Amino acid sequence: MSEANAEAVAELDRPIGQKARRPKGAGGQANRVKQRLTSRGATIAAIVIAAVWTIPTFGLLVSSFRPADDIAKTGWWTIFTNPAFTLENYGDVLFTSGASSTNLGAYFVNSLVIAIPATLFPIAIATMAAYAFAWIKFRGSGAIFVLIFALQIVPLQMALIPLLQIFAQVLGISGTFPAVWIAHTIFGLPLCIFLLHNFIAEIPAEVIEAAKVDGASNTQVFLRIILPLATPAIASIAIFQFLWVWNDLLVALVFSGGTVDVAPLTQRLAELVGNFGRNQERLPAAAFISLIIPLIVFFSLQRYFVRGLLAGSTKG
Amino acid sequence: MSALIGHSPTLLNPLALPMAARGDFWGGVWEKFGLLIIGVAAFAAVIGLLLFLVDRAPKRGRDILQLIVFLAPAVILLAVGLVYPAIRTGYLAFTNRQGDFIGIDNFVWMFTQPEILITLGNTLIWVALVPTLSTAIGLAYAVFIDKSKGEKVLKSLVFMPMAISFVGAGIIWRFVYEYRAVGFDQIGILNQIIIWFGGEPQQFLINSPWNTFFLIIVMVWIQTGFAMVLLSAAIKGVPAEIIEASRLDGANAWQQFVNVTIPGIRSTLVVVVTTISIATLKVFDIVRTMTGGNFDTSVIANEMYTQAFNRGEFGQGAALALVLFLMVLPIVIYNVRVMRKQREIR
Repeated sequence: MSEANAEAVAELDRPIGQKARRPKGAGGQANRVKQRLTSRGATIAAIVIAAVWTIPTFGLLVSSFRPADDIAKTGWWTIFTNPAFTLENYGDVLFTSGASSTNLGAYFVNSLVIAIPATLFPIAIATMAAYAFAWIKFRGSGAIFVLIFALQIVPLQMALIPLLQIFAQVLGISGTFPAVWIAHTIFGLPLCIFLLHNFIAEIPAEVIEAAKVDGASNTQVFLRIILPLATPAIASIAIFQFLWVWNDLLVALVFSGGTVDVAPLTQRLAELVGNFGRNQERLPAAAFISLIIPLIVFFSLQRYFVRGLLAGSTKG
Repeated sequence: MSALIGHSPTLLNPLALPMAARGDFWGGVWEKFGLLIIGVAAFAAVIGLLLFLVDRAPKRGRDILQLIVFLAPAVILLAVGLVYPAIRTGYLAFTNRQGDFIGIDNFVWMFTQPEILITLGNTLIWVALVPTLSTAIGLAYAVFIDKSKGEKVLKSLVFMPMAISFVGAGIIWRFVYEYRAVGFDQIGILNQIIIWFGGEPQQFLINSPWNTFFLIIVMVWIQTGFAMVLLSAAIKGVPAEIIEASRLDGANAWQQFVNVTIPGIRSTLVVVVTTISIATLKVFDIVRTMTGGNFDTSVIANEMYTQAFNRGEFGQGAALALVLFLMVLPIVIYNVRVMRKQREIR
């Protein structure tokens, strides 16, 4: 059991579709071959691409620490000849309250209150469904699974209008946190079920059959075998779902009601940028407040992030 | 889930958050986090109770009960929240704002209205350029930095935009493109560069039709990292022996790339191009944040939102959503067919 267990974990730990690493010797040869491709021109091109991809974000970061008057009057690159830094912008956009203030502190809280349940709910429901599709035999299993896979292609836009009508007229929850949670849960489910099914179906059958022979019910198999073994996969997919929800604007616009009580950061930022001229001193700091969580997640969990991405796109 | 939603109006009161409305920041924070905890706890309690009860169910019929408990939440949510709404949107596309059936009038409107025709045309430009440019740049970058010193850091730099929101990216690039009249200091780096080279500052986001191109750059900036990471993994998966063999046959670097690497990563290329195409067709936030769809830059997803939720024209919005669906469909079918073929080969 424990051996099969370790094997299953190792299997799950690798991005789907990627074979075990080649022996060292072959890698060394590849090294030599590939170095010939990396000529001087290629190096310069790579550096140019890296610079173009980094400078816009860097410029905004620099701007966010400049005094408000400077942001609107001179470019961020003048800071190198005329240095002036302040943290005032951050204090201003986060904590100043009043009718015309940005109030981002409250929106930041909203983003958290939206994103945490909107990650936990679909992952929990999808893990259960993925287990059923992978390991409980029943008639119509294949057909329903294909249907759920197909739902991924339905653009969000196709569901917005009727779902809003259901929330507003049937349930009466339009413009509340639960409405946003449920909407994100529904829209996240097809991809989560599909990806988790890929992982869970790869768990060796012997492990599960052995447990069932010992008299374990589906619930016990699910809680004691599937969940522990699928944890790395669940983590990768959870990171994706979290970032997706945190960064979303469309679902928030339609279902949150757009007020400071419920709407997330993205919605407030879109509002601020709509009046660019009046808000340009605040926007750099405001944008970075919304970027900070995704960037922390990205840089600290990049390994899981890449794994989730590879799993999602090579489609087992 | 029903515990969360609440059946009676009294249960809805905590959702109204009266403290936050009064501008009491910390009061609002506690109330919101309270709601968060109640929501998650209620969800966990419902799921936990279901799993517990079904485990204690009498032997007879236990299997079917278990199946229902594991599947029902997902199936019910998807049926009510996605399948039914999608079908209903298909019907709404043939109605007017009062909800009367009007045949294909919405589609006639779409293909005769000059603004909407521009919107459709823009969407085609987006879907032609974004996947091509992102994949080409991503592939070139992946090859250039393959096995180089500091590959990980170089990858992170280009990959980083994937993690941030389209809204954030929109703001970042608003500042890059920002325009000041001649005689004032430029605050946008792009216009400053033009001036350093002796040119005139441009209103990148206003001058049609080039403004669409400048919006497309933002999407390319985001998607290139995705293409690069996937293609880089695929390049590393090409067997070293084949590359070595082609080298011994006297192939130069370019020939190796075209004759060995490209065929070796073909399936990944298809996945990358189709995935980016689908994401591009649905692009909404970038246009919304940067131009609001003004100055002839609108795309279908943005126009759909404007018609349905700003103007209350649900029928026309639904018709645009349906067109979007029809544009996504062939790409997905192609993708699935390629995947099927691959499986057969394996």
